[in-house]
Amino acid sequence: MAVAPESRPLPVPRVAEKPMERTGDAAQSARPRMGGNGQILVWALLVILVLAFLYPFVWLISASLKPQGETFSPSLLPQPLVWRHYVEIWSAAPALRWFFNSALVGILASVAVVFSSALVAFGFVYQRFPGRDALFGLVIATLMLPQAVVMVPKFLIWHSIQIGGTNLAATQVPLWAGNLFASPIYIFLLRQFFLGLPRDLFEAAKVDGANPLRIWWSIVLPLSKPALVAVGIFEFKSSWTDLMAPLIYLQNRNLFTLPLGLKAFVDEFGKGGIQRWDLVMTASVLFTIPMLIIFFLAQKHFIRGIATTGMK
Amino acid sequence: MLSPWIFGFLIFTLGPMIVSLALSFTRYDVINPPEFIGFKNWALLFSDPLLLKSLQNTFFFAALHVPFAIAIALALALLLDQISRGAGLFRTVFYLPSITRAVATGILWLWLLNPQVGIVNQFLHLLHIPGPGWTTDPNWIKPGIVLMSLWGLGNTVVIYFAALRQVPNELYEAARVDGAKPWAQFFRITVPMISGTLFYTLVINTIFALQYFTEVYTMFFRGQESGVSEDALFYVIYLFRQSFEYFHMGYASAMAWLLFAIIVVVTLVQVGFSRKFVYYEGAS
Repeated sequence: MAVAPESRPLPVPRVAEKPMERTGDAAQSARPRMGGNGQILVWALLVILVLAFLYPFVWLISASLKPQGETFSPSLLPQPLVWRHYVEIWSAAPALRWFFNSALVGILASVAVVFSSALVAFGFVYQRFPGRDALFGLVIATLMLPQAVVMVPKFLIWHSIQIGGTNLAATQVPLWAGNLFASPIYIFLLRQFFLGLPRDLFEAAKVDGANPLRIWWSIVLPLSKPALVAVGIFEFKSSWTDLMAPLIYLQNRNLFTLPLGLKAFVDEFGKGGIQRWDLVMTASVLFTIPMLIIFFLAQKHFIRGIATTGMK
Repeated sequence: MLSPWIFGFLIFTLGPMIVSLALSFTRYDVINPPEFIGFKNWALLFSDPLLLKSLQNTFFFAALHVPFAIAIALALALLLDQISRGAGLFRTVFYLPSITRAVATGILWLWLLNPQVGIVNQFLHLLHIPGPGWTTDPNWIKPGIVLMSLWGLGNTVVIYFAALRQVPNELYEAARVDGAKPWAQFFRITVPMISGTLFYTLVINTIFALQYFTEVYTMFFRGQESGVSEDALFYVIYLFRQSFEYFHMGYASAMAWLLFAIIVVVTLVQVGFSRKFVYYEGAS
């Protein structure tokens, strides 16, 4: 193969990223930038703004480390530093279980959407048939449809399926199984990427007798790892933070995902409950941390993906 | 190869759309079979005071969130574009809150906005401004929610920053040679060159704002409990309660179609509006 898979950057973001690598270059000097005192002012403003954006995180972590009853004391420095909540939380609620459920649903949702969307996107790139562009237009049009319109009928579909005496609407299956059928935004993103792959590769493989599925599996997918990873983490993020679907489907506490667990937790231990906000804050930290870790590991993919698609 | 999507489209999009439209003409509680009631649900849309309230709340929120999000995100991106080193790091920090935007954000802001112990009012206190009851005063609940929503504007910053970096330097050079002042360069070069991006984020942020749910639901609602603040009742929250808390599936379906219609109309208006202002390279 002519190109090593890892060395291929995302085709579209390349345009967006490149100028950044030129920073400090002579080419940048033409930008309308402030010099001298202006630069100091810009830096001061940015530092203040960055601190303002970070403050809520710091406050949250600090609140989770303060003694019970002092969660909302004005000082940012917990005194004394209390780690107990991070032990207590696991017995106060099935937090570990929720954590595991969220991870499982998130992984299934990501894997399902990556492979199905990649297959469909490749179909739109590789196959030629009348009405293809109109069909792709339809994919894009479905992006505008609010989920609220299909929410109730989808529930009824899952509600009507019984497997081994279990109603599917009461399981975690509806939280990820829809992803097996590809998702319009990712079809769009991956199609953009596949269009940047050299078509000669497909043609050569075809001459060698490879069928389209084989070309997809052994040529397209290996060459598209960065894009596939981007799609995977976007879907993981939206699955990890989704509250609506778990609210609709999950009744059994042992099946809860973290957002639903956290919501149940805040209703029970916080508002109108037994006022253990220290534990609520600890649970919120535990919810937030994994996403932050994933973000720092995959930052490049996140930023590129957003700059390309404007994903929410 | 397209079959997964076609299958999914028929089963999970087109089929449900037809079912949803059909259900909007029925009374249906999932347990008993749907009963045809003609246009009653649709008529109710225009006389239900709570629905009207939720629409007002949602429009109020969108009308504040969208312009502020766009203006502040653009300001942040312009600041980032001013510096040559460290811009990537700052951008990362601005982006962080938007990846964890969810239940935890709602819980967190319930306290940041708390009238007594919250940082927002403590800050206002420093400036000798009496802080309002962000989470308690009916007039201030929505502005408080807007404040929270703006914490998550980082992805718009990322989009603008990428767009700003693509504006060719030659344009600024030429303008400078012609003696254009910085503000003229901003309005005559920067804004037209990123107008496509501005328009795109306008559409996306509006659709997002009209469907805002998780954080507000976390902060102000709990199960079927009644008597919670009507001033935080956003459209999708009301829709969710009608469908999965009261099981008024027929009425909820009519509500969903009204939302769809609103989104389509608002988007079309924005598209029409954009024809006048958006500059596309290569288009005449």
